Amino acid sequence: MTRDDAIYDVMVIGAGFAGMAAALFASAQGLRVVQAGATGGIDFSTGFIDLMGVHPVEEGHRWNNPWSAIKAVVRDCPKHPYGLLERREIEESLDIFTGFLTEQGLEYVGRKERNTCAITPAGTIKRTYRVPRTAWNGSVALGKKAPALIVDFHGLKGFSGKQLVETQQHNWPELRSVRIDFPGGRGELYPEHLAWALADPLIRERLVASIAPHAADVEYVGFPAVLGLNDPQKVVTHLEELFGKRIFEIPTLPPSIAGPRLRAVFDRGLPSQGVRTLSQKLVTQVRKMDGGMFQFDVGSGAARVTVVAKAAILATGRFFGKGLWADREKLTESVFGLPVVQPENREGWHRSEFFDPKGHPANTAGIEVDSRFRPLGTSGLPAYENLFAAGAILAHQDWMRMKCGAGLAIATAYKAVEELNK
Amino acid sequence: MKRLQTRVLILGGGATGTGLARDLALRGVQCLLAERRDINAGASGGNHGLLHSGARYVASDVEAAVECREEGAIIKRIAPQCVDDSGGIFVAVQGDDERYVADFERMCAKSQVPVRELDVLAAREMEPTLSDSLIAAYAVEDASVDPFMLSLDNMAQALSLGARYLRNSKVVGFVRDGGRIQFTRFNDETTGEFFEVEAEIVVNATGAWAGLVAAMAGAHINILYSSGSLLVTQDRITRRVVNRLRKAADSDILVPGGTVSILGTTSVTINSPDDCRPTVAETNLIIDDARAMIPVLETTRYIRAYSGVRPLVISGDGSDARSVSRGFSLIDHAQDNVGNFITITGGKLTTYRLMAEKTADVVCEKLGVDAPCLTRTEPLPASSMGKWTEPGRAPKSWIQNRDADDLILCECEMVSKNAIDSIIGNMVGMRGNSMLKAIGLRSRVGKGPCQGGFCGLRITGHLYDQGHVQGGHGITELKSFVGSRWRGFSPILWGLPLVQADLQEALYCGALDMELDHNTEYFSCEDDE
Repeated sequence: MTRDDAIYDVMVIGAGFAGMAAALFASAQGLRVVQAGATGGIDFSTGFIDLMGVHPVEEGHRWNNPWSAIKAVVRDCPKHPYGLLERREIEESLDIFTGFLTEQGLEYVGRKERNTCAITPAGTIKRTYRVPRTAWNGSVALGKKAPALIVDFHGLKGFSGKQLVETQQHNWPELRSVRIDFPGGRGELYPEHLAWALADPLIRERLVASIAPHAADVEYVGFPAVLGLNDPQKVVTHLEELFGKRIFEIPTLPPSIAGPRLRAVFDRGLPSQGVRTLSQKLVTQVRKMDGGMFQFDVGSGAARVTVVAKAAILATGRFFGKGLWADREKLTESVFGLPVVQPENREGWHRSEFFDPKGHPANTAGIEVDSRFRPLGTSGLPAYENLFAAGAILAHQDWMRMKCGAGLAIATAYKAVEELNK
Repeated sequence: MKRLQTRVLILGGGATGTGLARDLALRGVQCLLAERRDINAGASGGNHGLLHSGARYVASDVEAAVECREEGAIIKRIAPQCVDDSGGIFVAVQGDDERYVADFERMCAKSQVPVRELDVLAAREMEPTLSDSLIAAYAVEDASVDPFMLSLDNMAQALSLGARYLRNSKVVGFVRDGGRIQFTRFNDETTGEFFEVEAEIVVNATGAWAGLVAAMAGAHINILYSSGSLLVTQDRITRRVVNRLRKAADSDILVPGGTVSILGTTSVTINSPDDCRPTVAETNLIIDDARAMIPVLETTRYIRAYSGVRPLVISGDGSDARSVSRGFSLIDHAQDNVGNFITITGGKLTTYRLMAEKTADVVCEKLGVDAPCLTRTEPLPASSMGKWTEPGRAPKSWIQNRDADDLILCECEMVSKNAIDSIIGNMVGMRGNSMLKAIGLRSRVGKGPCQGGFCGLRITGHLYDQGHVQGGHGITELKSFVGSRWRGFSPILWGLPLVQADLQEALYCGALDMELDHNTEYFSCEDDE
């Protein structure tokens, strides 16, 4: 076991969107930050940043303007975490977050007042607020129903250009697909390997040469998201030069390369902002010290580290992030044992149909916070003066059905940091 | 309307129906089997997969015990590919009824069911997960049987002998001609078309649905529907079948099923056989009860729950499902003035062959066919239809073939593209409302920890690539597949399965928007509110 003698201003618990955003915002404000947490939802991310897309979920009503959608959801569900945020705060948080990504070579684009329609690897269309620059042309082509070719590869499972063409046949009649051999690829192919291979300009040339005969009459060529790991825009630009066509990426099924790209950005960018990251380590113990500071044990066995922080941000997510844990009777909060708002018993956690339009009550369970994003204790007052929460662990939101996951994580992290720093 | 002709029409593709098709085919009698959904879609696929030694019934039903003893031995002999002859033990723990325990050996002797008393410590050495509060243990000759392989192999041999079968064909009515059925009318659920079958004899082997089908023909059977739920563990907990040595209750038997174990069974009376599904309450009941016998069942990871309906034929107003006979009922509806109509229902998986034999005897007598039953001795050939249900078969075949282009589509159970193509080839069309579901029934697809979440998506892509699905149908069928896996997944969502379910929700709904309607809404992306 090692001991870190520094006293941090804030411990960020969690390494998903909310945890990464909180570490970013806190370090940008000059706070001394330590971050812990296992790989969160980021590794399973599609790379899209949703802000708000569907409300009411039981009606499946989709919104093109996310800000109108947020207004509506706050009106109808006043406890939704967006109800604790001003539009200005949400906008600022997203600008800082995507600005950081852009600086790090992962540019995000989108429009100010509206969601963008993007094609998913299932062939469905989803609304999202910000997409990687490398996916943008896909949304443009979809909007124009432009002649486009989807390329997929022998050996890359879970991505079928034919599926996209079939599911979009009525909507996008000029969409076609072709399956080719990836240059030098044999047997099963993985997105990450293809991305590494495409770092070589010669491979790109061979790729273009084998697609060109199939792409004579299209304006756009779409690929599964394998076009480079660290600098995909460079690969896309080069392909566009070689091809004379507009190129776009479509995320593959998770775990896709979108996750490693985002993670790589934070792994590079946060330490250079002075954040101490204890990555892949979970907080195993927390103690309240005299004077109100927290002492955390992070990791276990010989690799365990003890750190002290003046405040903490809980961004551990819901079930997948293990912020909440379930036994047969109840849901509990994993780090502080905070009260969890939840249905009365397990029979109420899930509905009998998976695709029930109302969604599952377990997916709005979580912790409640005061107006400053401090988790409430059993008394209904903040459990600790210096503990804040952000992201999917917050109760009264179903980010998967409402399509507000990344946006909510980023915006609540921003607000939590602001309040903590007051 | 299309009309087919056959000598014998069998309704129902469970163990009894497919066993009957084989029995008749071996006797040289032309038959056609029609199944509403798919092979073993009812109780034949919703049970423990236990090949009873008979010991379970020695106290309650001597006749059933004797039948199980005899039939269990026959199945082990004729269909070894379907059987894991693991052996079984009966155990009692502190607090169990000691009189029942004391009587056990004597009762077994009465039915000539082989039993051997075990030292309690020796029993715990044989099965280390047993409770340390055992008070008695006995070895018996229980085994586990793969009901899907069994029915598919039965059907495969029947087909090879000239029988025919139709799946996804729902009986919608009978056309009577005086005291007999002239035509049976069906709806093909895949195509929506109606058709008729003309047969000399109609056998109703629809299990829990037998009463509803008989009523359409103007015959009457009083059936009590007893739903039983079971839990599947992620790992195999014991080598042998483990039975609780007591009067039958909710959670008495743990049966190994290849790489997993199956725990159950509850008994809940339901109003309609279509209402059958496992519940959270039953899941809790099963675990709370079973942990006294095997404590690790409290903490082990469960993969899913499932259930089946026992059709209990009653005369009078029996209301307790466990006290009604579990023996089978063979009813000649000449008594209802339908001379060419027979119902066979009830019974147990273990006795399916005997049920088929007795039914075929009546059929042959009515047809005037003089041919002896051969299924008592004739081996059941292993078939390519049935082989993919075996855990470990798909990975073995994948490794042996060493085909670098043969991608693994189901990673939990290692089912490859070539295996999927072989299964589809054997399905000969008749895909029902979801080809994925039909593939799942014939293989391990969807049976691992992901419960179809990941493999369903990958296989859907493959079905599109191969042209098996078009337009939005692949998505619709995928939703139907995931939806049907959910029935068994939702009752066990705590611990890691809940984490898995959260990931599934994030994928299907969060990332792919699959809960939303994608048929009506394509063009509104650019509209203003």
